[in-house]
Amino acid sequence: MIIARIVGTVVSSQKDERLMGKKLLIVRPVNLDGTDTSGYVVAVDTVGAGFHERVLVVAGSSARLAQGMKDTPVDAAIVGVIDTVDVNHESGV
Amino acid sequence: MQLARVIGTVVATVKNDSLEGRKLLVVQSLDANLEPQGKPLVALDAIGAGTGELVFWCRGKEASFPFKREDTPTDCTIVAIVDSDEHVTNGRNRHR
Repeated sequence: MIIARIVGTVVSSQKDERLMGKKLLIVRPVNLDGTDTSGYVVAVDTVGAGFHERVLVVAGSSARLAQGMKDTPVDAAIVGVIDTVDVNHESGV
Repeated sequence: MQLARVIGTVVATVKNDSLEGRKLLVVQSLDANLEPQGKPLVALDAIGAGTGELVFWCRGKEASFPFKREDTPTDCTIVAIVDSDEHVTNGRNRHR
């Protein structure tokens, strides 16, 4: 899973019927200190995340294993809203 | 599977119901010489690892296999703890 920040929304009227009712958001991967990296992913929201929040994004076939996503044609899903990230810089890395 | 060091934890109160009760850890992948390689990732913990420990993790759909495999959305799961750094040997530092 990667940590990402929500930077935008996508509106799509003509889409696979299994994507009906799903919220599509544009997320940008971020570093552990919260700074943005390059690139973006369009991800389906499964938790009700909001603009600029830090979220957990699952990629690949695992994305459709989230509750409510069974058999949907997606490869990126937002599965959590991050409260805190606690990194111990003395852990040997 | 790849070796990694657990370097931190993630707290997420609002999450997909299928992740309820699971522990989230930040892992830094390591190369064969146990030097950091690539960007840190967030992994689901399947075995009770803690910060500072050397572990290996599994990517892709297989990452959900330690849990309810059709219901756990994870692409990165810690599946084992390495006993110690000295237990990792490669061509250069193999014990004789």
